Amino acid sequence: MHQDQAETDIIIIGAGPVGLFAVFEAGLPKLRCHLIDVLPQAGGQLTEIYPKKPIYDIPGYPSVLAGDLVQNLLQQIAPFKPEFSLGHRAESVAKCEDGRWKVITDRGLELVAPVIFIAGGLGCFEPRKPPLENIGQYEDKGIEYFVRDPEIFRNKRVVIAGGGDSALDWTIYLAEVASELVLIHRRTEFRGALDSVEKVQHLAASGRIRLVTNAQVTGLHGDGHLDGLDVLHDTDGSFRIDTDYFVPLFGLTPKLGPIGDWGLGVDSNAVRVNTFDYATDVPGIFAIGDINTYPGKLKLILCGFHEATLACQSAFKIVHPDKKLSFKYTTVTGIEGMPS
Amino acid sequence: MDNTIIISITDREGNEKQYEAPTDMNMNVMELCKSYELPVEGTCGGMALCASCHVYVLSEHELNEPSEDELAMLDSAFFVKDNSRLGCQIRLKDSLDGLRLALAPVSG
Repeated sequence: MHQDQAETDIIIIGAGPVGLFAVFEAGLPKLRCHLIDVLPQAGGQLTEIYPKKPIYDIPGYPSVLAGDLVQNLLQQIAPFKPEFSLGHRAESVAKCEDGRWKVITDRGLELVAPVIFIAGGLGCFEPRKPPLENIGQYEDKGIEYFVRDPEIFRNKRVVIAGGGDSALDWTIYLAEVASELVLIHRRTEFRGALDSVEKVQHLAASGRIRLVTNAQVTGLHGDGHLDGLDVLHDTDGSFRIDTDYFVPLFGLTPKLGPIGDWGLGVDSNAVRVNTFDYATDVPGIFAIGDINTYPGKLKLILCGFHEATLACQSAFKIVHPDKKLSFKYTTVTGIEGMPS
Repeated sequence: MDNTIIISITDREGNEKQYEAPTDMNMNVMELCKSYELPVEGTCGGMALCASCHVYVLSEHELNEPSEDELAMLDSAFFVKDNSRLGCQIRLKDSLDGLRLALAPVSG
């Protein structure tokens, strides 16, 4: 097989706690799993957002730090040797001729399996886009929500908006790259590292960049490619800034992402499932954890663990339609590769 | 009634309505909105991470000071005004009886 292709029994989209525990429950009846996550490390929001926060409602743990829970889960599933593709966003799903599913990621990885578990939590973290009417038409035509390749800004006029660390850091960096650089922030104070704030103020004082505070971008102009912005200042009113690029840096916000277009039943940003086995409307695709919804749904890690467990029973029947699954306690069988 | 206050919320169409809010259930404004099925997502579950419960405080009630996390979130939200708060960070308590709020517009 091509190196960008892989086969498995269950493709798990989302390597948060519920996706990770699904590997364990799938591993007991020897189902193989391949996890995809858009984030560069396992653990989902527990690792990304609150690794140092204690969680109090994991059964058997009076208190456990989110980051420690993830490390424990990774240790718990290690004997089952799951595959990880981190930094990949599951982009599309299609049915193969043999009835299995193929998931393709934004980086071109193709995974094939009879079963998909969507364990996507809050969804994908995507850049927060300013509410400007025609912003969509300038995306990749002057508007960049990330700085992927700073070189595209070389000797160009660039406007950055935002007041956090990434706005400050990129202002400092691009001050050396762009021909003209403007930083626009809604307030006077910046909520970034003090050192960065001082550097930006120094760049502004020396005339290297132009700092516009108490202002926001209200309009975009350009025939095809962006060529200017309307800026509204709290006291000075509206004016125009000519520019080649506009880089709004307002952080990330969770979005359901491409999964919303997969033809699954969706209720207010969550995937509808039944409570028998947490299957979606589409056979072979299950949704577990925070991303699913059903009457009485609670977004709790412990509920996700239960959902993953039941979904695995049905997954087994899909992967091995001719085999009978006999349920066994881990206290009876032990786990191969796990110290007893 | 004991442990119940009245909170007035203006929706995004400009309709103001009064809601009974319990003060003995450790609830916040985001949870109150969701329980009355107002169009508030509360995506992050109340960790001040998404601004989907962004509200404007219209009355003069004294609220708890916003935390660093909340201020940082509001810094990257849109349609933010001087009276902006995140609903999930406003705990319902007896002294908030008569509080008037408006839902901020939804944005990216």
